[in-house]
Amino acid sequence: MSFVKFENVSLAYAPGGANAIEDVSLDIREGEFVAVVGPSGCGKSTLMKLVSGLKPPSNGYVFVDGREVGGPLKIVGMAFQAANLLPWRNTLDNVMLPLEIVEPFRSNLKKEKAQYTADAEALLARVGLAGYGSKFPWELSGGMQQRASICRALIHQPRLLMLDEPFGALDAFTREELWCMLRDLWQEKPFTVILVTHDLREAVFLADTVYVMSKRPGRILVRKEIDLPRPRPLDVTYTDSFAAYVHELRDHIGRIRES
Amino acid sequence: MAIKTSTAIKAAPWLLTVAIFLVWEVICSGLKIPDYLMPAPSAIWASGLEYAGPIMMHALQTLWTTLAGFALAVVVGMLLGLAVGASPLVYKACYPLLVGFNSIPKVAFVPVLVVWFGIGTIPAILTAFLISFFPVVVNVATGLATLEPELEDVLRSLGARRWQILVKVGIPRSLPFFFASLKVAITLAFVGSVISETVASNLGIGYLMMSASSSMNMPLVFAGLIVIGVMGVVMYELFALAERRLTGWAHRNPNAPG
Repeated sequence: MSFVKFENVSLAYAPGGANAIEDVSLDIREGEFVAVVGPSGCGKSTLMKLVSGLKPPSNGYVFVDGREVGGPLKIVGMAFQAANLLPWRNTLDNVMLPLEIVEPFRSNLKKEKAQYTADAEALLARVGLAGYGSKFPWELSGGMQQRASICRALIHQPRLLMLDEPFGALDAFTREELWCMLRDLWQEKPFTVILVTHDLREAVFLADTVYVMSKRPGRILVRKEIDLPRPRPLDVTYTDSFAAYVHELRDHIGRIRES
Repeated sequence: MAIKTSTAIKAAPWLLTVAIFLVWEVICSGLKIPDYLMPAPSAIWASGLEYAGPIMMHALQTLWTTLAGFALAVVVGMLLGLAVGASPLVYKACYPLLVGFNSIPKVAFVPVLVVWFGIGTIPAILTAFLISFFPVVVNVATGLATLEPELEDVLRSLGARRWQILVKVGIPRSLPFFFASLKVAITLAFVGSVISETVASNLGIGYLMMSASSSMNMPLVFAGLIVIGVMGVVMYELFALAERRLTGWAHRNPNAPG
């Protein structure tokens, strides 16, 4: 039983215009960690908009949890390359923003405020931001902001987490730290993840399945299952089997870029 | 060193003001310029003391018409700004009209107001309103329209309604723009009320200056100008203070002009 299902989906932003993605079909199980890689401008972000219901497809069907997507879903959490925290709220209030919007949290917010605050603080502690709740976003480093942004995406316990190049703007060391943070969060309580990235190591390290997309209009060229044992320590990135996966994906991307 | 610079920065506006008045005084008395052409600061001060009562009365009139017009401008400007910024349709429909209307010199509009409302308080309030609501509209609309699309996506993907996005993100984010516009609007409101008073009123600093200049009482004219200037600076500082209090998150650079 698939959790997210695309059936021959195409999307043109302007009616009758060029397709951003074309004839995409894919199946994602509940709890699967999926990475989508491809050259820049291949419509990876479009894929996210389709899944979350922010854009309707021009052709084909998108199903999430057995139902066709007809509008924004509430079971989705999102994080982007920019942390997009609200500068007038402190970190804790930023993380708790979804609770002010998503039901049933919204209605229970007044009653359960103490519980929700405790949950948010626990989540912050989970990602290494214990005690930073009262700090404002500009007082945090880029990596810390991104951690808080991922907390915000997870606070309402979404069944589907969508990440659009969330670590793209970070330095290499911070990025690896955050890979491990995400791995641990997911390992502890698996939810479905769609990670859009152009870092192949990131994709292989984190994902169960990697999809490679072509140049615009984006199509799915390759579906590659990553058969590395879990939990994966960071050291796995220095093994031969890991390198082989990265190499294989790199070849596909190379061919796309030449064509 | 740091303390020295910060006291210097604090004292700078006062020092410059005093210096300008001193130079002015020296030039006027040194070149023996007669008071009816260019009064020296000392003569203006004397005149201000002499007419303290009437000046006070007219200044209060100007202040309240200005504030009334300004309050009207803030309310109307904010509502219109929210509508224009939140809806591309309203934006397209209203913008040319707004820009066109703003290009009309408001002094040309005062006679129309006089025909409709008679001379005095109401045209002054309305002129202050007409001249000062435009920056509020533009700034609030800009604050809303420059909202990061990702931020909107985060909320929309949670199923937020339009008004929720407006309340949670749009309005807080446009607050710094709003306060910046208040500082511009309050000074413009003074321009509006004084223009109206000079053209059509028997009350207010504008009227006082007109009648003083018709009797060649230049020290009193200048006293009026200075009173308007001082009221403008005080109101401006008041809103700058409110701005720093309420939107401190947007002013993190200590060197940024307040």
